[in-house]
Amino acid sequence: MSDALSAAVSIGFHGLAFAMVLYLISVGLSVTMGLMGFVNLAHGVFAMLGGYVLTSLMSRLGVPFLPAVLGAAVAVAAASLPIERLLYRRLYGGDELDQVLLTMGLVFMSVAGATYIWGPLQQPLQPPAWLSGAVDVGFRTFPAYRSFLILCGATLVTALWLGIERTRFGARVRASVDNLRMAQSVGIDTSRLFMTTFALGSGLAGLGGGLGADLLAINPGYALQNLAYFLIVVAVGGLGSIRGPFAAALLLGVADSGFKYLLPEFGAFFIYTLTMAILLWRPRGLFGRA
Amino acid sequence: MTPIGAVDAFAGRHRYHLLEALPWLAAVATYFVFPDYLALGAQILATILFALSADLVLGYAGIVTLGHAAFFGAGAYMAGILAAHGWGEPITGLFAGAAAAALLGFLSGLVVLRTTGLALLMQTLVVATMVAEAANKASFITGGDDGLQGMVVWPVFGWFRFDLFGHTAYFYCLTVLFLCWLAARHIVHSPFGRSLTGIRENVRRMHAIGAPVARRRLVIYTISAGLAGISGALIAQTTQFVSLSFLSLERSGTVLIMLIIGGVGQLYGAFIGVPLYMVAQNRFSEIDPVYWYFWIGLLMVVVVVFARGGVLGLSDRFRR
Amino acid sequence: MPYTTSAIGLACAATAVLVLSPPLAAAQTVVKIGNISSYSGFVAQAADQAQKAVDLYVKEHEKELPPGVKLEIIRRDDTSNPEVGKRLAQELITREHVQLLTGVILSPVAAAIAPLTAEAKVPLLISIAAGGSAIPRISPYVARVSFTLWQQGYPIGMWAAEQGWKKGYTGVSDFIPGHDSEASFAKGFTDGGGQIVGAVRIPPNNPDFAPFVQRIRDAKPDVVFFWIPSTQATALVNAVRDLGLREAGIQITSAQDLLPDEQLPAMGDIPLGLITSGNYSTAGKRPANEAFLAAWKREYADSAIPNFLSVNAWDGMVAVFDLVKATRGKFTADEAMAFFKGWKNPDSPRGPIMIDPETRDIVQNVYIRRVEKLDGKLANVEIATIPMVKDPWKQLNPPK
Repeated sequence: MSDALSAAVSIGFHGLAFAMVLYLISVGLSVTMGLMGFVNLAHGVFAMLGGYVLTSLMSRLGVPFLPAVLGAAVAVAAASLPIERLLYRRLYGGDELDQVLLTMGLVFMSVAGATYIWGPLQQPLQPPAWLSGAVDVGFRTFPAYRSFLILCGATLVTALWLGIERTRFGARVRASVDNLRMAQSVGIDTSRLFMTTFALGSGLAGLGGGLGADLLAINPGYALQNLAYFLIVVAVGGLGSIRGPFAAALLLGVADSGFKYLLPEFGAFFIYTLTMAILLWRPRGLFGRA
Repeated sequence: MTPIGAVDAFAGRHRYHLLEALPWLAAVATYFVFPDYLALGAQILATILFALSADLVLGYAGIVTLGHAAFFGAGAYMAGILAAHGWGEPITGLFAGAAAAALLGFLSGLVVLRTTGLALLMQTLVVATMVAEAANKASFITGGDDGLQGMVVWPVFGWFRFDLFGHTAYFYCLTVLFLCWLAARHIVHSPFGRSLTGIRENVRRMHAIGAPVARRRLVIYTISAGLAGISGALIAQTTQFVSLSFLSLERSGTVLIMLIIGGVGQLYGAFIGVPLYMVAQNRFSEIDPVYWYFWIGLLMVVVVVFARGGVLGLSDRFRR
Repeated sequence: MPYTTSAIGLACAATAVLVLSPPLAAAQTVVKIGNISSYSGFVAQAADQAQKAVDLYVKEHEKELPPGVKLEIIRRDDTSNPEVGKRLAQELITREHVQLLTGVILSPVAAAIAPLTAEAKVPLLISIAAGGSAIPRISPYVARVSFTLWQQGYPIGMWAAEQGWKKGYTGVSDFIPGHDSEASFAKGFTDGGGQIVGAVRIPPNNPDFAPFVQRIRDAKPDVVFFWIPSTQATALVNAVRDLGLREAGIQITSAQDLLPDEQLPAMGDIPLGLITSGNYSTAGKRPANEAFLAAWKREYADSAIPNFLSVNAWDGMVAVFDLVKATRGKFTADEAMAFFKGWKNPDSPRGPIMIDPETRDIVQNVYIRRVEKLDGKLANVEIATIPMVKDPWKQLNPPK
């Protein structure tokens, strides 16, 4: 394979893996923001928690990789429920600024809490043996773990899309995003819907945080450090959408990697300029509802 | 949005009410009661100005911004670079800082204010991140990560030197805050200021009555940026140091938090929220340097759950 | 009647006076030291490593203080913000009346505090910050006991050229510590006869290193030098693995920040063979290090592994204790600085160290280390020693 093409494939591949991680984490935020109109700046905390639970299960309890990943997602989803009931529920439909204050407060608490429980060091992820090393596809090799990430991301986006388009639950979510009052008057239990969707979104974030521990390091400051990325994916993608964050994550992951490869000194600027341009062109995001 | 309370009625009156003298009396009293805390006091006063500037866009015009630190930092670097290159006169430094920040506000406002809601929030975030990156790249002027060094600030009016104990700094910041507050109060009570509330509450109707919405938003955004620039210049001059942290997302977020705690859109939220937050932070971090984040976060959650609308909102409820 | 009450009152007062009056023993001298660190923020990790060392040293050596002399260390958190650090230093000086300031993790904080030391005449002993070679020049009351980035970049550049590697490439974080490291390696490498064929600067908050490592792979140098903050170490090492940098025949060097001892155990086998330069490794073979590790293990067991930050902070305490012991706790700023200039510790866990009397910066051995397996665990094994290195930047840039 020629050098330039090889480099392009490599960049595309790694960017794709990064995009998958961003997607997994951000899709939950997009749906809950679109559904509940709730500015959840603490979404990164759930991703971080997923990462911590995964690494703790694997290193301290010796749980194998796949069960640990599922365990992390379930644990985070379960943990998110009381937070939703006790705190978030009070602020639905309320002032955005109150939501900002609440969620930032939770973020701060998470920083100190994580330091207290797990210490200030970052938690590295040890992928299992069957995912280490490289995958040989004939003309080149790809790192196995990143290939796994891409596979996971693709599977999940398909599953989510099918879920949202084909199931009754998905229909209810779509209805509520489009017009909450109408959905309520048609008899949809929005309160329970919110709860379930929130848990689902947080669980996905936990999944993404755990799987992506290689790329977005798990450390106490996680929620703050990565807040901007998640917000950009959601804003560019569009609220309340499954496809939107996918497109935005692809853009961010692949284009970002590409720009940084070609012009490393200005790499970061391109992605911000691109974000601004997209938001000027489509203020509701690429797939946001008008 | 926040209910129109008694305090708003006070602030709504154009005539000055006796109660409005309270913060200033408290500030002067602090000078005598807490002589060991003047450095902190000066920083609190400058930060109140920063929060006040944020209140103008956030509380009055309804523009939620996560990038106000860009203007703070712009003013700080402008004043700082002047002082590091031979012009240490503080008052002209303030004007220069205000001008630089206002210019940045105007230019970024032209782009950013075309949107609303989440898109606007993101645009402000992106602008601030780009400004911070630019400051890092231009380390030959800004000092980059090491910070701006070699700042020499001349005594105020050639007489009052910025000393180690913070005496000059305190009164300098207090005076500047007072003058800027007068200006802000005037703006808020003027017809222009009233129209901002209209824009915040019901944009469509404002358009319908022919109010130049976009222009007004741009004007208040620029003014707010200028005031934020002054607050940044104040901190730069009183600490004689500027660093990239002046432009950080954390700074933008923190000023928002302080303002919300005090109460948004009621002119005095900054005066309550900023000292509350900064003193609490100072105390918490002395008691528990490693985990104070937790207590601050808890304070914020408690305020939202029990004191919606901030401290001023709470006082409104008590008056009913 | 009135006489009884006043008699009781008098008795109470007398008792109170007797009880509360100071003991007749010699008055205590309390030496107040201000320790400014960044307990919150992205360097909390580093602050923790350093604090453990400080606490351990004080605990083990408190009894060595002269009789009647007590040490009070006041800790403050600068939240990684230089203007907060400066204000805290101001408060420590004016309110708590500290005689000395120490600690400081971030070099911008050190740069902010330095001018204060001259105005207030309170010495600052930088025990952790490594950036900003010029900081000791800001004020005659600043000394450093940790290390400088040039001190670790230049020697490995020189060493790499001496290995016969001709083409070098640098990849650093795009902020000043990165630039300093890049410049120091480049100078050392070119002085040693090599040629720098390219340099890439990575945005500071970048999570994915793949595009940059790909660029380096494409350029096919003989050796690459990385410098990124320790918090991103794992991500970079993973990118190196994923893109097969070593398989492409490129030697990988860095500074000790890439492979801090406490992160090695969690990195798996990927770092094997990576070469770094630094001033301390837990695998260093000297009796002082063994004693240090033993004391550490006694106190912290397996909950923490010391690293170069711990040893830097440890030596900072050694210097402070030496000062207090020599002066019996009573010293002016000028006396303290005179003491620090030329101060030596031949028994530091990192080998012999000294504070240069001219530049007030640290002079120490710099070790070239390679990651190898020792007793089944990864360790930074010292393979070469460059003795008593002075900060090269100051030597190349004498004061005007």
